[in-house]
Amino acid sequence: MVPLASCRKAGEPATFLREHRERKSEGTEPVRFMDRPAFGRLLAELARRGYAVIGPTLRGGAIVLDHVEGLEDLPRGLGSRHGPGVYSLLRRDDDRLFGQAPGPDSAKRFLFPPRERLATVSRPGGRLTVDRAADGEPPRYAFVGLRACDLQAVLIQDRVFLGGPYRDEPYEARRDGAFFLAANCTDPGQTCFCTSTGTGPWCRAGFDVAVTEIDGGMVAEVGTAEGREVLDAAGAREASPDEIAASDRAVRQAADRIDRRPDLRGIGEVLYRNAGNPVWDEIAERCLACGNCTAVCPTCFCHDVVDTASITGQEAERSREWASCFSEEFTHVAGGSPIRASGASRYRQWLTHKFASWRDQFGVPGCVGCGRCVTWCPAGIDILEVLAAIRARDGERDHDERHRTAVR
Amino acid sequence: MSGGGRPRLAVFKLASCDGCQLQLLDAEEALLDLAGAVDIVHFPEATSRSEAGPYDVTLIEGSVSTPSQLDEVREIRERSRFLVTMGACATSGGVQALRNWADAGELARAVYPSPELLRSLETSTAVSDHVRVDLELPGCPVDRGQLLGALAALLAGTVPRLSSAPVCAECKRRGYACVMVVRGEPCLGPVTRTGCGALCPAFGRACYGCFGPSRTPNVASLLDRFAVLGLTRDEAARKLRLITSWSPEFRAALREEVPAR
Repeated sequence: MVPLASCRKAGEPATFLREHRERKSEGTEPVRFMDRPAFGRLLAELARRGYAVIGPTLRGGAIVLDHVEGLEDLPRGLGSRHGPGVYSLLRRDDDRLFGQAPGPDSAKRFLFPPRERLATVSRPGGRLTVDRAADGEPPRYAFVGLRACDLQAVLIQDRVFLGGPYRDEPYEARRDGAFFLAANCTDPGQTCFCTSTGTGPWCRAGFDVAVTEIDGGMVAEVGTAEGREVLDAAGAREASPDEIAASDRAVRQAADRIDRRPDLRGIGEVLYRNAGNPVWDEIAERCLACGNCTAVCPTCFCHDVVDTASITGQEAERSREWASCFSEEFTHVAGGSPIRASGASRYRQWLTHKFASWRDQFGVPGCVGCGRCVTWCPAGIDILEVLAAIRARDGERDHDERHRTAVR
Repeated sequence: MSGGGRPRLAVFKLASCDGCQLQLLDAEEALLDLAGAVDIVHFPEATSRSEAGPYDVTLIEGSVSTPSQLDEVREIRERSRFLVTMGACATSGGVQALRNWADAGELARAVYPSPELLRSLETSTAVSDHVRVDLELPGCPVDRGQLLGALAALLAGTVPRLSSAPVCAECKRRGYACVMVVRGEPCLGPVTRTGCGALCPAFGRACYGCFGPSRTPNVASLLDRFAVLGLTRDEAARKLRLITSWSPEFRAALREEVPAR
């Protein structure tokens, strides 16, 4: 597994943007190749090592992340089409396993699960007992096929949950045991813009193994010693120069195909000085405040803590669940009144946090360019259009006083 | 709860199908726990015991649909410490509130051979339109977990917490693929209050809003989106004109779409 320490170095640059490294010039670790059966053996090896293997699989008309037993559970020959508020699968003319862009799920669903028990309280014989123990051993996940954007998202959530003085123990336990078999992206979606956030399509860090799918198999780059062991066990041979060239070409072509190139230079400052821009009100007319964008965002971490008691009053439970800054209720503070009563202020809060104050808070922006918030918005709102509108109308002021408050 | 013995619980029904009470009767083991924790003093569907009150907790299902129900609900309020309404009928007028959008007299003449025998109000309305209600549990039927959770909270002396988030929040937590984004199905999930466990999307069906509006729903925008998905304005409005059409938020949105009566 990837040592945690390497995932959250203090001095990491504030942007992920970095040129792709030519593999040929890298160290002595040979690049490997797996044909389809070898890749199947690799999945089996991960299971043998006690990992719960999580990978892309077809459910409800979408590619989701779930437990996969082997090759037969992975999508085969499926591509995907993405647009604002629109997602569909299509049949490819090959049998690629990773031939589609990521669906709604990311590693967040497993490392920071949607609902989690934090403690149980009981009073046997009238004595109050608090049990903070989690449900058994923390699961050890092996993630298969995470793209570069989603790997970066894990590194960002590390900063959120582990970066400060208070470490989130349940997250840390799951994160510590996780194995990452990442996939360099060869088939980006139409809402992707990772080349602009500098988070893809190449996997740069945080993986045990990174594969690139080409005709006939997977070219594999070793990230950790355990990654090498797993590749050895699967019988991955050394890749040929042609195979390496083909893998480089596939990812470069993917990068070229990403035609959404938002101007993100100085976007944080632009957002900060446009808290009163009328664009926010215009977007709020369309925004359903349903929170789908925040649920599918691989870095959004807002949650709520909920207490429930049994009818008998003998047991109670404290759990946390995904929540959203789009919910009016979520902005209530002590005393009961919402600090962001308008939909406009909540939309502004989300986008400004993601691209501006997130950077101040955690040292990196909160967006990895995966485009999920665009695809899975039921109203079809495109954040890149919103950002472009703010930039184009930089300095416009709403006459409504309530929007003149600072956002920091 | 009140000092002395167990809190006294009463269950009443107005204009409704009994489905919400059944959520309680079907609660199996939890029902035994409940029967141990409270004294069920009035619950005609479960017991012939009937005491006049006062009650510590009163559950009402059904809407106010007749003049006698109007009297009854006022009496119940006076005899109840915590008044909890359960279900779409009691909290929004229910499916029978569809008559509020039409001429009730005309409907009665079309349906009944002797409509003059009916003693019915012009409208079917929520209990909270007539008396103060301490807690409203939405849903058609009410969600058993939510109902028991609310009772447990009241018994523990705490304020029951019901999420006001939309169904989408729960749909995404449970990992269901969005029927609107994937299949272009017009779904009321974005404006409907969660609590059902995203039951319909779990089976690939669009939400039809039986839990009523979420907090600050943007209904107008959703109806615009339904138009993009190919629905006429009337078809889009009809999605709202179903079980919780008389909730203030859906009513207001529908009034934008159709001329007021």
